[in-house]
Amino acid sequence: MTVGLFFQHLVNGISLGSLYALIAIGYTMVYGIVRLINFAHGDIIMLAAYFVFFGVGMFSLPWWLAAVVSIALTVLVGIVIEKAAYKPLREAPRISVLISAIGVSFFLENMGLVVFGGRAKAFYVPPIFKGVINISGVSITSLGIIIPIISAILLIGMVYIVNHTVTGMAMRACSKDMDTAKLMGIDVDGIISFTFGIGSALAAVGGIMWALKYPQIHPLIGIMPGLKCFIAAVVGGIGNIPGAMLGGFLLGLGEILLVAFLPGLSGYRDAFAFIILIVILLFKPTGILGEKVAEKV
Amino acid sequence: MLEVKNLNVRYGGIHAVRGIDFNVPEGSIVTLIGANGAGKSSSLRAICNLVKKTGNVAFMGQDISKIPTKDIVKMGITMVPEGRRVFSDLTIYENLILGAYTRKDKENVKKDMEWVYSIFPRLKERETQMAGTLSGGEQQMLALGRALMSRPKLLMLDEPSLGLAPILVRDVFSVIKKIHDDGVTILLIEQNARMALKIADYAYVLETGTITLTGTGEELLKNDKVLKAYLGAV
Ligand SMILES: Nc1ncnc2c1ncn2[C@@H]1O[C@H](COP(=O)(O)OP(=O)(O)O)[C@@H](O)[C@H]1O
Ligand SMILES: [Mg+2]
Repeated sequence: MTVGLFFQHLVNGISLGSLYALIAIGYTMVYGIVRLINFAHGDIIMLAAYFVFFGVGMFSLPWWLAAVVSIALTVLVGIVIEKAAYKPLREAPRISVLISAIGVSFFLENMGLVVFGGRAKAFYVPPIFKGVINISGVSITSLGIIIPIISAILLIGMVYIVNHTVTGMAMRACSKDMDTAKLMGIDVDGIISFTFGIGSALAAVGGIMWALKYPQIHPLIGIMPGLKCFIAAVVGGIGNIPGAMLGGFLLGLGEILLVAFLPGLSGYRDAFAFIILIVILLFKPTGILGEKVAEKV
Repeated sequence: MLEVKNLNVRYGGIHAVRGIDFNVPEGSIVTLIGANGAGKSSSLRAICNLVKKTGNVAFMGQDISKIPTKDIVKMGITMVPEGRRVFSDLTIYENLILGAYTRKDKENVKKDMEWVYSIFPRLKERETQMAGTLSGGEQQMLALGRALMSRPKLLMLDEPSLGLAPILVRDVFSVIKKIHDDGVTILLIEQNARMALKIADYAYVLETGTITLTGTGEELLKNDKVLKAYLGAV
């Protein structure tokens, strides 16, 4: 393998990894605050792609405006899901909420099949994402560069919000002790909505970029990235934001490099995430950056 | 200032607080003493609406029985929960900032931060340290400081001396007096009856969810039953 080719794979890996990171953060943030694996998170990815599809196709919006509208709608969906399916169960046993999350996921997928139809649709890819850049023998699509750049900006923004704003402090406080957070006068429900909103926004951006990268969309496209990003979050240490990023990059890079170096195994591409998961959980059950936390009572 | 009438708290089959009445007049220190499990914490948590309750709670003439916790805090009631409950993986500075979460007057918040640091110089030294690294006594100081950052009219303290060495207990009580001297009304819950009664204007004794004795702090310090049950006299 030439150095040029290696770099090409590396860029692809980083690009895919940053997408995974973006989506994985939603899982980890929501888990951090309400101790729930939001299984509907993957379907949010699918909805975001369809919102853009209809924005461009049915309402003839310019693609960037369709993307903005899609993100806004997706945020709304994320918040509504929490209010409708999780909030009423906040005092219920954890398993009830988990089942509710699985229910929401099935509901969104099947609603997608009914409303959007099961046949794959071609997603519009604006020309600026199609350009190919050649740097001394390494050819990369412009999308391959734009994805990590946008992801990096959002990830940095996210970390800034969580670590350096009062809202971020309130989020961290809620995630550790909701009652005491209430005693500070924090609107815990508001913070939870905000968390679902941010997570959904990041997943929407991830989903739109996903659709640009693989421009065939159907109602089940969210499942595999959703599952892998959930794994990324667990591998990095669920509840830990840098962990989710690390897990995302690890999975993305690993997946691409596996196929590049061992093309014979390319059929196992999707299995890679699960293998990593099993290996990590065997050696560090709390994930790479996860702390040992006692179960919340 | 605070009027509690017929307060009841139930946890499933357990009737933890059984229709108690008490008042906290403005400018006073009122204490609620009682053994472990008497229902002291439940009463405080019920006032803040952290647990389901029935009964009436009025604060400065306004019914707050149905008001969400966060708005009760905005009205001027702040509670320091049992076991301090500082946010252990936030810094001391961040804990204090969250104490002032409901306030919009950022300039005064800065001044109050200095005020809190002047009461608790140890906190200033450790501003950027995680609260979890503090000792128990220091965490109690942080919990008090954090509560003061909200500029409460009524401060409710749930066993602030719990688990502290005797010398630190004295520190905590002298800080409580200082806070009271600064014009804050105080509702204090304690198992450490002697210390609580000494500084209280008025006291209530809680036994298995019912108030069995009331009186001024001095009266109860001399009361036979109190002496026997709570002050370890024979
Ligand atoms: N969350 C809860 N669920 C069930 N029972 C509780 C709960 N909290 C307190 N209790 C019970 O209510 C009673 C009063 O408890 P509490 O208010 O904590 O007493 P105190 O603060 O005076 O020690 C005790 O019998 C306790 O076991
Ligand atoms: Mg108690």
